[in-house]
This record gives sequence, C-alpha cells and structure tokens, in this order.
Amino acid sequence: MNFDPRFSGRKFASVGTRPIRPDGVDKVTGRARYGADFNMAGQLVGRVLRSPHAHAKIRKIDTSKAEALAGVKAVITAADLPDLTDGDAAMYDILDNCMARTKALYDGHAVAAVAAIDARTARQALKLIEVDYEVLPHVTDVDEAMQHHAPLINDTVFTEGLEEKPVKPSNVTKRSQFGHGDVHQGFGHSDFIVERSFKTEQTHQGYIEPHACVANVSTDGTADLWVCTQGHFVYRQHCAQLLGMEASKLRVTSSEIGGGFGGKTHVWAEPVALALSRKAGRPVKLVMTRDEVFRASGPTSATSIDVKIGARKDGTITAAEATLRYSAGPYAGSWAEIGAMTAFACYRLDNVKTVGFEVLVNRPKTAAYRAPSAPMAAFAVESTVDELAKELGMDPVEFRIRNAAQEGTRSSYGPVYGPIGIGPTLEAVKVHPHMKAPLKKNQGRGMACGFWFNFGGQTCVDLNIGMDGSVSLAVGTVDVGGSRASLSLVAAEELGIDYSQLKAIVADTSSLGYNDMTDGSRGTFSSSMATISAARNAIKILRERAAQMWDISVDDVVWEQGHAVAKGEKHGNLGKLSLKEIAAKSGTTGGPIAGHSELVADGAGVSFATHICDVEVDPETGSTRVIRYTVVQDAGKAVHPTYVEGQYQGGAAQGIGWALNEEYIYGKDGRLQNAGFLDYRIPVCSDLPMIDTQILEIPNPNHPYGVRGVGETSIVPPLAAIANAVSNAAGVRMTHIPMSPPRILAAIEAEREG
Amino acid sequence: MVEVTLWGALATTAGGKSKVEVEAKDIRELFRKLAEQYPGLEPWIDRGIAVAIDGTIYRDTWSKELPPGAEIFLLPRLAGG
Repeated sequence: MNFDPRFSGRKFASVGTRPIRPDGVDKVTGRARYGADFNMAGQLVGRVLRSPHAHAKIRKIDTSKAEALAGVKAVITAADLPDLTDGDAAMYDILDNCMARTKALYDGHAVAAVAAIDARTARQALKLIEVDYEVLPHVTDVDEAMQHHAPLINDTVFTEGLEEKPVKPSNVTKRSQFGHGDVHQGFGHSDFIVERSFKTEQTHQGYIEPHACVANVSTDGTADLWVCTQGHFVYRQHCAQLLGMEASKLRVTSSEIGGGFGGKTHVWAEPVALALSRKAGRPVKLVMTRDEVFRASGPTSATSIDVKIGARKDGTITAAEATLRYSAGPYAGSWAEIGAMTAFACYRLDNVKTVGFEVLVNRPKTAAYRAPSAPMAAFAVESTVDELAKELGMDPVEFRIRNAAQEGTRSSYGPVYGPIGIGPTLEAVKVHPHMKAPLKKNQGRGMACGFWFNFGGQTCVDLNIGMDGSVSLAVGTVDVGGSRASLSLVAAEELGIDYSQLKAIVADTSSLGYNDMTDGSRGTFSSSMATISAARNAIKILRERAAQMWDISVDDVVWEQGHAVAKGEKHGNLGKLSLKEIAAKSGTTGGPIAGHSELVADGAGVSFATHICDVEVDPETGSTRVIRYTVVQDAGKAVHPTYVEGQYQGGAAQGIGWALNEEYIYGKDGRLQNAGFLDYRIPVCSDLPMIDTQILEIPNPNHPYGVRGVGETSIVPPLAAIANAVSNAAGVRMTHIPMSPPRILAAIEAEREG
Repeated sequence: MVEVTLWGALATTAGGKSKVEVEAKDIRELFRKLAEQYPGLEPWIDRGIAVAIDGTIYRDTWSKELPPGAEIFLLPRLAGG
C-alpha cells in the first residue's frame, strides 16, 4: 500500500462540519429506492415454504402438484442448489440455511420455493408442496442444549478447543479461552468477591426494512441482482459460489437500506431468488414478510453468563473471571469467543480469565448484531462491577476510574493498548450534570462502560472530476449510517473544494473493485482512507495538468485550497488555477481527470463508551420508563458530528428495547410465538427520552484524520446501564434481560419474601 | 526471531504452547513458518487469524513488518455487525 495512514494532526476546513444530509430529501419524500422498490418487466413473485418444525428429518418433498398449478413458473428445493462449496464449511452452513437439505433445523427453515405470476398463485403453490417430515426432538435453550441428555443437532460436531479430543459429539462446537495472570491467586488477595449468574434472551436486529431482492438470470448465464444488503460485493461472492457462476457475470446493485445492524452481512434469500429466476427464465422478486424476518433471519445469541470479580478494600480489582455460553442457532459460530474477548476489555487487570462456549440450538442461524456478543458480556460484567462497588462502599464511577484500562495496559484479550478512551469517557461522566440531577421516588440511576474493536478491510474508491469541475465519488461500502455525506466531506477536505461540489454514490459490483461489507464500524474508517488516497492521486494529476497549462515543471506546482499554485520567483506572475479551470481544459491536457484507490484499511482503533441512564419503575406493574439517557463515546475524529450523534442515539435506543422488552419466545413445540412487531416490541419515539450525546475525540494513530469506527460501540453499555438503573430503582438486582414487567415484579416479590 | 503469543484455543493446536518463537520479517512469513512448524495451525490460518503488533490489530495487511522486540499476539479474526 503506497499510502501513509498515520495520523497527521492537520487542521480541518470541511471535516467536522454538519452539512445537510444528501439522501435526506429522497428518503422523507419516499423517492429513495429500497430493496422492494425495484421492478422489472415480466417479473415473477417468489415465495418460500418454511418448516413448521424445530427439528425434523426431510424424508421427501413432492412438488408435482405445485408445478402443475397454472401461473407457477418454477419450483425449487435443495436439489436446485447443489453443494458447490468445495469443503468451505462456513459457506456450506449458509447454503443449508438458505435451503434445508436433509434436515429442517429450526421453525422457519426454508425447504422449498416457488416463482409464480402473482402473490396469490405463489401462496397457493406453497400449499400444494407436500413435505414428508420425521419430527425429531428439539432444544431451544442454551443451557439445556449443553446437557448430556440434550437432543443432538448435528452428530458430526465434536467440541473444538479442548485439551483432549472429545470422543462423543456435542452441541458445543467450540471452547475458547482468554486472559492472563492467575485468577486463583488473585481471588486469594481479594477482600471482597461478588459472584453472579446472568441470562439474556435472544433478540432480533429489528431492521425496519425486510430482506428484499430482484434477481434476473439471462439465458446467456449472466445475471443481475438488485438487493438490500450491507455488502453487495460479499453477496456477489456468496451467490456466485453457491450458484456456480463467475463473479464477474453477476452484477449486484445495492439499494438504499432500511437498517442492517449486522443482519444483512450474508445471504439469506438471494441465492433462492437467483435459482428461481434461472429455472423460470424470468426476473423474480423475493421479499420476506415480517414473520419470515423473525423466524428465518439473523437474531443475536441468547446467553447464560457467570461472572466473578474480587477486589481489595482500597478498590483495586485483584481478579476477574467469566464463563460465557452463547447460542449460535443450528450452525457453528464464534459468538461466545467475541463475548469472552470483550467482557473485561475496559479494565486493567493483573489476573483475568474468560471461557466461552458456542452452543447449537434449534433456533435461526445467529447473525451479527451491532458489536456482536459484546452487549451481553458487558451486561454481566458491568452489573457485577456495580455490585462490587456497592460492597466496597465506593462510588461506581470512581471504582471504574480506579480500575480503567489505559495506554500500556495489557488488555483482557491479550495485546497491550495504545491510546484509548475509556478513562476520558469515565472522567467526562463523573463531571456530567446528569450524574448530579435529583431523582424522585421509584427512580434509579445506572451507568456502565462498553468496548468494541472496530475493523477495517478491503476498500476501493473512484473519484472522477467532471469537465465542469464537479466531483463524483464512487464508493463500494454500502451507506447504512450517512457515509456518503462523511466521505464527501473527506474528499472536499483533501481537494480543498466546497462540499456542494461533490456527489457520492455507492457503485455496483461491476463498476468498482471489491469492497468488504459495511460491518465492524468500518464504512467511514475504511472508505475515508481510500477517499483520501484517491483524492491525493487526483491532485497529482491536477498538478500535472496545471504544469502543462503553464508550460512549467510539475515540481514547481503545489496544491493549496483547491488551486494549483506555481511556486518559485520565476513563476511569480502566474495566477492560481482552480480545480474548475483545470478540469475545463482536461480534454486537451490528457483527457479525464480521476483518482483511484485500492487498499486494505487496517489498524482500526478500538473504541470505548460510558452511558448514564435514569429510569422510573412502577412497583405495582413492573413497568419501566427511561426518563433520561446520556451517551459519552470516543469517536477518534467525528467527520460529520450529526451522524456520529445519530449513531450514538441509535445504539442507545436499540439497547433500551433489548434491555426492557425484546425477546424471542418459543413454545414447548419449538415454534416462535411472537414473530411480529405487535408481540415483539421495539421502542418507538414515545417510549424514549431525548438521548443526549457527548463526542470525545482521541485520535486513532492509524488514520490520517484520527478516525475510529463509531457505529457499534453505542449498543454495548445500554443493557448494563439500564440494568443498574432498574436495580437501583427497584431495590433488587436484575439478572435476566429483558427486564420486562413480569420479570421485575417477580424479582420485587422474591426480594420482599426474602 | 520474534516471540508470538497464541490465544487459548490456538495454543492447544501448537502442543499446548502459548508462546512460540519464529524467524519472520512480516505477517506473511510468520503464517508460513507457523504452518510449517505447527501443521495443526494451518486450518486456523486458512479460516482467518488477526495479528496484533504492539497493540494494533492487523487482519489483512500480510506485508506488515514485524519490528524486532515488538509484542506480537495472534487473535481470532472477528466479524462485526
């Protein structure tokens, strides 16, 4: 990579300002096109038949009656999506999740699909497909699935990561362990030890827009896919591999996205739509219903976590230990591993040990959800930290400040930290007016910290300068949180032009080199790095063109505030040339002017946040209302502060729903009982207070502007902050998320009864 | 020669060693030598391993040099949301 990503400490003209969002008008007027807004001539309606059983062997599927129905153009089963994964276990799991092969592994697992001339015919056709199931025993609870007598979901799974190779298959796919020091010895030096067990229920990302796509496979084998996704290049790779196509023959265009939060990072229905189109010879639109989104697309893990922390009387933590069990759905994952890495990342610990277990259950395939796995671990650890502070008689903020990690601290997951922001977020919270505001009867305050890694990845950007001097920026990271605006600010900063001269788009997969998806809070971090690089490459050409126009050496031309300037006494009578003037002459100075960049953005800085929350709990009903909420988070550098604040507020809002209401409820039959927004309640505006934000800027040394990711960390502290607030308001420690009214009432009554 | 620290699960595939010494100038050579010395590590490298060099995590820049005396940690290559 011929690009120096080190933080330069420059002063900014555009970055850090708050221009109006470029996608706003189209979104509020309904003109923006989402996944289901695209249509093609001759398009068919795709529908998926799903298993009603949590666990069942598929003996036989008879599609003949459906195929004979007038208006049905294609019916597919797993036979139409043969295994082309060539030993790639992760891709095989994605394939099997898209269309069950020998077994249905959860309620909602796809078993067949149809394409018909309209929705009514497609629904009728689904009813005519006959599936012969042999129903098997199932297990949906993470703790029960670990028991020796639990039904085995996959008898080829043997636990990885054990010192001795197991001889029996298990629902535990992997054990992972992190830490350093000697926790046994550390607890021996403790004056106080708190040990607690916690549970969190499974939640969905709750994106408002369901999965939707239109697939069109031509008779020459090339194809187009219009889709709502967090990563259209990744979807292209997945679909091409699963359908046996060359990637270059499949053009994927990403639509606007109505939320992803990790749930749109791998394919679900897209290979099915392509297979239907291939078989029918016509375009196929496939849109999941909300019921399907809940039953068959990516929820987060349900968890069961034990935490033990010990401290000396002076408030120094001497040892910390956690065992984390995370459900993965019916396929292997690394969710507990991430929980084990993040659990104690906020603290400076001499002795720490975390152990994670990945557990198979008959629930939908677990998908990433905004800082995946970290919120549940933070809930368990930060609740225990609060309890320990209480035992010690210390203020919870002071206790955390005393034990907070800092530059040079060995992290609980291994490496030593560089410059980090946990201390500054805690100091900011300590002096925040929110912490001193009076509370009324039945009200309680809680605070908690959170950590997330942030990632970079493969990135490609094209910057094209038009002959009128306007600039178009083509990026390949899907804009889920306002990155088109922030990347335009970055390009304006480098070129020295006004933001209004730029227009950023998300290019399709045939127009740009490969980009990793928008996950891991990488969109602005990675694409801004590539944008800076592309702009600098364009400036090099602009200088060359100016040198031609002046007939002087390019070495004598510098770029200053959007203009080429001739340097040196001999050029003293030359005026500046603007970008617009140089662009106007581009046709006769060598042709179009553009800057390109292809790079791997690495070194994304880790991120910390501390949240404060006030709640009021009604002791008669157990109902909780959040009355005040404050987010303090390190952004590295806030490129567009309004979007950064939006990310902080969005994470807090999702966390409030997760903490208080959201929960997958399964019946004894293994079927999901609440697959809709009426019974699975996410917070709406009237449920939420104004969420205050405070942006801290501790520069990331591995980005020219100091940018860190900001999208995910904001969902890490809320479960714990709200649990601490509810526990303080209700006078009883809450250990089970969500803290729904029945759970709070039960806890209050149990406390009364002693 | 650099000293490389392995996380718990990875150590079990390297004969229980949590620290190993490798002669390598960059991440690419480190992975190649590790696979040669500890064949059990190869499937893990294929699935994806991140390398923390003095606290900064690198996932894809295999040309990144390993400075003498640097703290080198292998970590799982994680996904985000």
